[in-house]
Amino acid sequence: MKQQIVALLTGALFGVGLSVSQMVDPEKVLAFLDITGNWDPSLALVMGGAVAVTLLTFRRVLCLSRPLFASRFQIPGNEAIDLPLLAGAAIFGIGWGISGYCPGPAIASITFGSYEPAIFIIAFIVGNFLAILWQGSKVEPMAEH
Amino acid sequence: MENFTPYSAVIGGALIGTAATLLLWLNGQIAGVSGIVQGAIKMHSPDRLWRILFLAGLVCGGSLWLQIMGPSFTPRDNFPLLLLLIAGTLVGFGSRIGNGCTSGHGVCGLGRTSGRSAAATVTFFSVALATTFIVQHVLGGIS
Repeated sequence: MKQQIVALLTGALFGVGLSVSQMVDPEKVLAFLDITGNWDPSLALVMGGAVAVTLLTFRRVLCLSRPLFASRFQIPGNEAIDLPLLAGAAIFGIGWGISGYCPGPAIASITFGSYEPAIFIIAFIVGNFLAILWQGSKVEPMAEH
Repeated sequence: MENFTPYSAVIGGALIGTAATLLLWLNGQIAGVSGIVQGAIKMHSPDRLWRILFLAGLVCGGSLWLQIMGPSFTPRDNFPLLLLLIAGTLVGFGSRIGNGCTSGHGVCGLGRTSGRSAAATVTFFSVALATTFIVQHVLGGIS
């Protein structure tokens, strides 16, 4: 129960952070990515502000034997810098650079009145399933239902 | 640079970093939005509920801020539909193959000084900058 409340509240705080920093506006994101245009460096400070906090806190948190309300930390163990990582990040970057949306801001702005975030999220989920199919055909047989 | 908003950017960023810290410290989870969505839409996943609640929180946080502060910008709603679908599909495909997005690799991965996340972050930022340059200045922009 505590974990569910934490999830809801941290999600809300995350959403407020995206709103305060205006990252929910895809045109503000594109104004950062368009360096040779009328450049708006704000996004760099959003990322900088967020990473300044996580750099300070994550190390200390991960020194604890366990999280406060859960039995263990769920941290990715994979540290390999491989082709799927770089190709995936590059494909992500193309979609982000075209639209100015990434998943967090699109979800946080879904009630703002534009149809765009909802369409983006539907397409995001389709892309996810395509990736699962692609990975399944390459790595292992599809899971049986 | 008249659109530069340094204070709200740093404060908003710090709030995002604080949310990621609390989720890790209290629940032991990484606040990577693409991964959370992936887990939330997976059938028979044992910890689907917290993921759905986190995403609901994200929607509530955005809505709440809009209600309290009023609209600070006019949401774009004239982006070409086909391009939006292509972009969303690429972001969904890429974040699945690359195991993360701006929040998972950027905010959280850099925070735990992961070389893998640093490589992903440098890659998606570089490619996004190049993509935007091509779209805006080589192809002549959108709409």
